[in-house]
Amino acid sequence: MSTTTVGGPRAGGADRARRWHRARRSLHGVSFVLPNFLGFGLLTLGPVVALFAISFTNWNVFGKAKWVGLDNFTRLLKDTSFHRALLNTLYYSALHIPLTFALSLGLALLLDRKLRGVAFFRTAAFFPYVTSIVAIAIAWNLLFSKDFGPINQVLGFFGVADPPGWTASSSWSMPAVIIVGVWREMGYYMLLFLAGLQTVPPELHEAARIDGANAWQRFRNVTLPCLRPTTFFVTVMLTIGSFKVFDLILVMTDGGPGQSTLVLSQYIYQKGLVENRFGYASAISVVLFALCMVVTAVQFAVNRRRNG
Amino acid sequence: MTASHTTLAPVPPTSVEPPPAATGPRRAKRLPVAGKVVGYTVLVVAAAALLLPFFWMLSSSLKTNSSIFAVPVSWLPDVPQWRNYAEIWRVSDMLVWLKNTIFLSAVVTVLQLFTGSFAAYGFAKTRFPGRNLLFLVYIGTIAVPWQAYMIPQFIMMSEIGLTNTPWSIVALQAFSAFGVFLMRQYYATIPDELCEAARVDGLSEYGIYFRIILPLSVPALASLTLLTFVTTWNDYLGPLIYLRDPDLWTIQLGLKSFVSEYNAEHALIMTGSVLSVAPVAVVFLLGQRYFVQGIATSGMKG
Repeated sequence: MSTTTVGGPRAGGADRARRWHRARRSLHGVSFVLPNFLGFGLLTLGPVVALFAISFTNWNVFGKAKWVGLDNFTRLLKDTSFHRALLNTLYYSALHIPLTFALSLGLALLLDRKLRGVAFFRTAAFFPYVTSIVAIAIAWNLLFSKDFGPINQVLGFFGVADPPGWTASSSWSMPAVIIVGVWREMGYYMLLFLAGLQTVPPELHEAARIDGANAWQRFRNVTLPCLRPTTFFVTVMLTIGSFKVFDLILVMTDGGPGQSTLVLSQYIYQKGLVENRFGYASAISVVLFALCMVVTAVQFAVNRRRNG
Repeated sequence: MTASHTTLAPVPPTSVEPPPAATGPRRAKRLPVAGKVVGYTVLVVAAAALLLPFFWMLSSSLKTNSSIFAVPVSWLPDVPQWRNYAEIWRVSDMLVWLKNTIFLSAVVTVLQLFTGSFAAYGFAKTRFPGRNLLFLVYIGTIAVPWQAYMIPQFIMMSEIGLTNTPWSIVALQAFSAFGVFLMRQYYATIPDELCEAARVDGLSEYGIYFRIILPLSVPALASLTLLTFVTTWNDYLGPLIYLRDPDLWTIQLGLKSFVSEYNAEHALIMTGSVLSVAPVAVVFLLGQRYFVQGIATSGMKG
């Protein structure tokens, strides 16, 4: 490459060469990202942006998109099925988030020890998470069967005179779905907590022990503060995961009985892909999107204040 | 699930079996005997609860139809009905479904490995204007639930005429932001000096990627392979929306339709369920170390 002599007649050339060199490196970098970005931009980024535009239109599958402004949103305000779906989503989240959080953290604390066979238990806990929702939903549905299902037989054995009807009952279908959701996901969050526990410095525990702190105090004052990045991360993910719950419900109850387990994602699917009302479904999608973003933003803000 | 992952912060990797290096003072959490007894009791109960549905699935797949709902409940089949495993192939299109699923899982995995690790190198080891902003966009979309943008995506796919072809699923899953993120997290742990030295020696960026980074990233590639394969195998919603023609169905769609069609054949339904889970179980047991690494480094995919 050319040598640089400041102020000399060749300075312009060297400058150009350096610029050319830098541009070439940039080009290389871009070329690495491009193959993925083409697909990602077209199939993910594009649709995310298009979503907002479509939500302001009246668009059915054979018709042309017609701009209707806020019509879809004002209609949502009066749509009782939408209210039901929103409330059910919040109901699911209100139980699923804390239960999964507590159980996966408990499991992680239990498995973060020198016990024989600990690897087996970790694997067992993680297994439900990698198996297909269809298969586990089918198995659980049989387990939950009202009259002769094993779960109700076991409950009967323990003296429950009138066991719940589970997926056949409109008041027990949501708890049934939540049980399966927690069961399926706790192994995954357990792994995240286990990873987080590796970062807690053992010296701190030692010091606390010497100072006479009992197990609970050590957990409260040492483990939890050190685990904060993980707990924050888990909370955000659990929240978004709960808001978008769908497959499990679709296969287990299909939203029923009645509308007792209808959730937002499923309502989007129903309006958009079954009834082909793209505009209206997109308006519901915008609500789901906003819900996730607002809650995540709040969690970020709370987390920052705690750290700051 | 397709692009419905979430992310934010990297979490340091862990492994199911604590590595020997970790058996220092950190790992010396020995419990008193009483604590051990309690600990084991809780663990055994928890493991039983976690695995019971699978046990029930397996045991029911070997029962006669009528004994599944026997009173009192029988946890083991009286006489194992192995014929269920022959019957299922006769009464369903299991073979077609499996073939379709294997094809999709394989193609998606290969594409995601390639485009993901390639882009990850761009984000981790090269510089270009707008790099950090673009990466932020990638991460940001991981936090957007797929269900929120599945409608515009569907409209687009039908405009290009990809709906009702396997390529819709391939297109949907091959360019995941998740894969880029996972690989980038790993590449960030490879020292930049290594790349600098190679550059000084005159190796091109592509040379560095293929000859230095790729061989070093086998564990991360293994994680991504397993996670992608299993996710594609288990995906229900994507195929439900895009694969309407029964010839294209994956095992998940097939199984679901089998349940509606043969809703009284509980034993056969459980047989089909076992067959749909078995390949994943094998993959999982063989590569569980990489699963855990992938989850822990990325802290997502779900």
